[in-house]
Amino acid sequence: MSDKPVETLRLTGVHKSYAIGTPVEVEVLHGIDLVITRGEFAALIGPSGSGKSTLLNVIGLLDQPTRGRVYIEGRDATALGDAELTRLRGRALGFVFQHHYLLSEFTALENVMMPILASRGRPDDEMRETAAALLDRVGLTRWANNKANRISGGQQQRVAIARALAMQPVLVLADEPTGNLDTQSADTVFDMLREINESSGTTFLIVTHDPRLAQRCDRIVELVDGRIVSDRPNAEVVRRG
Amino acid sequence: MRRLARFELIVAFRFMRDGLMQTLLIVLGVGLGGGVIIFLSAILAGLQSNVVNRTLNFQAPIVILPPDQVARPLRGGPQGGIAAQVQPRSQQLRSIDQWQKVRDQVTRTPGVTATTPVASGPGFALRGEANKAVSITGIEPETYFSVIALPEKIIAGGVDIGPLDIVIGKELAADLGVETGDKIRLATARGADSTLTVAGIFDFGNKAVNERNVYISLRSAQSLLDLAGGVSAIEVKVDDPFAAETIAQTLRARTDLQVDSWIRTNEQFFTAMAAQIMTNRLIRVFVGLTVALGIASVLVVSVIQKSKEIGILRAMGTSREQIQRVFLIQGAFMGLAGAILGSLLAYGFLLLWRSVARNPDGTLMFVIEMQPSLFVIAAVGSALVGTLAAMAPARRAARLDPVVAIRS
Repeated sequence: MSDKPVETLRLTGVHKSYAIGTPVEVEVLHGIDLVITRGEFAALIGPSGSGKSTLLNVIGLLDQPTRGRVYIEGRDATALGDAELTRLRGRALGFVFQHHYLLSEFTALENVMMPILASRGRPDDEMRETAAALLDRVGLTRWANNKANRISGGQQQRVAIARALAMQPVLVLADEPTGNLDTQSADTVFDMLREINESSGTTFLIVTHDPRLAQRCDRIVELVDGRIVSDRPNAEVVRRG
Repeated sequence: MRRLARFELIVAFRFMRDGLMQTLLIVLGVGLGGGVIIFLSAILAGLQSNVVNRTLNFQAPIVILPPDQVARPLRGGPQGGIAAQVQPRSQQLRSIDQWQKVRDQVTRTPGVTATTPVASGPGFALRGEANKAVSITGIEPETYFSVIALPEKIIAGGVDIGPLDIVIGKELAADLGVETGDKIRLATARGADSTLTVAGIFDFGNKAVNERNVYISLRSAQSLLDLAGGVSAIEVKVDDPFAAETIAQTLRARTDLQVDSWIRTNEQFFTAMAAQIMTNRLIRVFVGLTVALGIASVLVVSVIQKSKEIGILRAMGTSREQIQRVFLIQGAFMGLAGAILGSLLAYGFLLLWRSVARNPDGTLMFVIEMQPSLFVIAAVGSALVGTLAAMAPARRAARLDPVVAIRS
């Protein structure tokens, strides 16, 4: 086992401004520096309007920083064109949103297959098996062939998690993954993320404003007014909700 | 998921299946529009080819005649006077000067496939008390039949026209009460006459022609019409009947003779036809536009409805081009499916038309040809219109910012 942690994500001096009618610009992120290493299970917390979602979009390569650099596994993503960025996003990153955004026309299994299908072009047995294994991992084998809109909210979010893992991403970004769920489902989903992190070493960055959930992460990064005000390891991780 | 289908196809068809009612309605709309276009085009083409065929049955596409005789005013006579009024002179039946040379020249003209000399003029067919005015056409069978398909129109007897034979129409035969083998007398206003045997009876499907036209050998006609060795016209067949007027113009310039094309002699028909073709084109354009707008509006709504899904697909690594193709495929499919439905509808309309549009005697008013090419053109055209209509919505979908789409 190597002692030196491998960098999954590095942000250096990331600024993000939005033009709200020229020449007025509002800067949302003011020079963020952040490193996340492989296998981490980190929480990004902060009050509403602190720039959490903007930062997550920049990390998720869905938005470009105004200044600064974003490195995914050492590769400078800010230097890439749209097509390469799309490919890198598809290959290296997984997303779980507050809402599941499953494709209602497809079954749970097909939804999990979707990222692999988009990347390879045609369906094959291997991707079907991968998707089935992931659904099994989130405990939804029974519902594999149900349409995405015919399963419960908690199950839908679990399908979304399985989908986020389909391409074996180096980093999974979760934006309020339990925000839409009741307490029990939220705990189930969170436990699942934790379990995946521990068993397969997948790196997670979870945006949440729920201190209870943040307490269950290994590291807590706090963002206030677009600046990181604290970044500390969580010594007393609460393992169960 | 079908193994052979690509990602874009799979997503496009699922999106359409999800909005099944929308998809069905637009396909029905495209189908009705396409059906009307195919039906109208088939009717028009049928009508056109029907009239063209019937006309060219008994009329050569181009006829070359001697130039009209004109009266020249007398100038500078003994008294140095000038005639103040010049009466147009009556036209005599004349031969084309050096017709063999003219024929050779015409035969060499590009586009001309056959030529035949004819000696024709007015006469009377007499039998007993019956006396009918007829148009005598003296023909050279070996060349004439390559211009006018007379043998195909024979309903009794044959077309072996010897010096003492005559071929007459169905109506004239009935009027004179003759059958093949009977004799009739053919006379001209000059007093010449000849007794001939009815060798064959034809039916051109045109009563006036069946009543008036009689065919005899060229030599007999020359002697009856006092055109010894001469011919009154050269009839010309061309490879493309619709190019007849262009070829006629060339011949007019080359020969200094009077050259009539069937397009000129049937001018009214062509004017009516041109108007109909123009109307049909306008209908096509407007139906095409309506179809395009219909497909575009359905897809615009679909892009808005699916924007979150598009956003998540983009976040998962789906490229802009893949998203664009998802919507282009939908447009093309709606166009194509509509065209197939339209073809079926048009086929149904045409069958219905066939059963309704009949003459009192039960025969078809005119034959409509259901050309497979028309259906293929409609299908390809419609798919193309669908794809073009889908372009704007597809680009809009491809340009969707995943962040905005997901957050909206």
